[in-house]
Amino acid sequence: MKYSALNLVRNAFSHNRNWKEAWRSPEPKKEYDVIIVGGGGHGLATAYYLAREHNVGNIAVLEKGWIGGGNTGRNTTIVRSNYLWTEASLLYEKSMQLWEGLSQDLNYNVMFSQRGVYNLGHTLQDMRDIERRVNANRLNGIDAEVVTAKQIKKDIPLINTSPDARYPILGASLQPRAGVARHDAVAWGFARAADQLGVDIIEQCEVTGVNRNGSTVTGVETTRGTIKAKKVGVVVAGNASVVASMAGLRLPIESHPLQAYVSEPLKPVLDTVVMSNAVHGYVSQSDKGELVIGAGIDAYNGYGQRGSFSTIEHAMQAILELFPMFSRVRMLRMWGGIVDVCPDACPIISKTPVDGLYFNCGWGTGGFKATPGSGWVFAHTIAEDRPHELNQPFNLQRFETGALIDEHGAAAVAH
Amino acid sequence: MFLIECPWCGERAETEFSYGGEGGITRPAEPDKLSDAEWANYLFMRTNPRGAHQELWNHAQGCRRWFGVERDTVTYHISRSYVLGDGVKD
Repeated sequence: MKYSALNLVRNAFSHNRNWKEAWRSPEPKKEYDVIIVGGGGHGLATAYYLAREHNVGNIAVLEKGWIGGGNTGRNTTIVRSNYLWTEASLLYEKSMQLWEGLSQDLNYNVMFSQRGVYNLGHTLQDMRDIERRVNANRLNGIDAEVVTAKQIKKDIPLINTSPDARYPILGASLQPRAGVARHDAVAWGFARAADQLGVDIIEQCEVTGVNRNGSTVTGVETTRGTIKAKKVGVVVAGNASVVASMAGLRLPIESHPLQAYVSEPLKPVLDTVVMSNAVHGYVSQSDKGELVIGAGIDAYNGYGQRGSFSTIEHAMQAILELFPMFSRVRMLRMWGGIVDVCPDACPIISKTPVDGLYFNCGWGTGGFKATPGSGWVFAHTIAEDRPHELNQPFNLQRFETGALIDEHGAAAVAH
Repeated sequence: MFLIECPWCGERAETEFSYGGEGGITRPAEPDKLSDAEWANYLFMRTNPRGAHQELWNHAQGCRRWFGVERDTVTYHISRSYVLGDGVKD
């Protein structure tokens, strides 16, 4: 059923009893052309674009939990494309362009709100880096500007731009087209749209093994039985190393907990997104009025989906440094997701030494913004058995050749 | 927050320590003789297990010495911490 104003009215007359489920819950078939392991935003987007752009007919997405229960529903919803290096910025910009038409594409309101993202500079070196990045962005056709502390204060009245602050704000980069999107809606929208194209979304189905015949993948073992497949695309974020080890591969990835926090709802106080590398925190306000706050990862490896108290304290210090007024705001909830951090803070979207096995991982702390673009290039990689030109640099071989794409810190926020 | 037992100073809060990543990775004796793949394996590839993990910690705000810890990466339970090398406390 198409979502439209007409259907909204029609269903209102029947007391909203006749809405259909957004996607089916099919039993897994014995065999698929392509299996996507991981039903997060990236996996669902991959399945959607495989079906829509590459006419692959027989696709399954296997999700060990439920749709929207992993990192897709655990992030701080920020979308931007102001990365430093050309390889990264073109990939994230492709994603940004897909975001701009996504609600129409999916017939699902993902509440993409281009409210701008400010990346603050607190030192002379920060400002030099910001100017360099803004110039690099503009050369790649990405909107970016340098703004002064005075302009920041005008745009964001609550922010503390006093020169007496411990970390005074000297300026910022601003990407006006950046913003936020409703993360759950992104998962649900892609799931529904993929389902309508015939993709089987199988929840509560954990992959426990990768089957191979020599150096060719033949399918996966799951908690719901063996499923054969000609091609398997793995996009499981924090568990990438776990699935890789099932296939006998090693990845340059370490998994860390990353926390996010929301406050009690407030009246509108912040109509944009503010990120700071130096004090290391980022904040926006959701449509419900909650402040959505994120900060850094816990330093140690972890799969526990919870973070440490010292990290909470650090994040709150950062936010209060920027917005002293928030000291009286009470925090409601905190949670953790497991992020797969790569040595160069860039993803791996690549073929592997096993034929028919593809990996999309290593997004670290910044995967949400890339959801549609990641799916777009990963679908191409799987369907054509060769990378799209946008993800060619993000191959697994770069750790041997040394062609790393060093987005550490340069990507507007430390990872 | 968890407590970590420094072999020299005893149990202290996690915030006194800094994390040093996976333990037991030995620097190749003759790096010149490695292939690119072997060097990449040493430099970048990690076990990253879901479960028991051998790792390095430094008592950064204490005795500043490195030591080994065996910690579960799901429960975060630390089963032991130990002196590196020949295991002799200096």
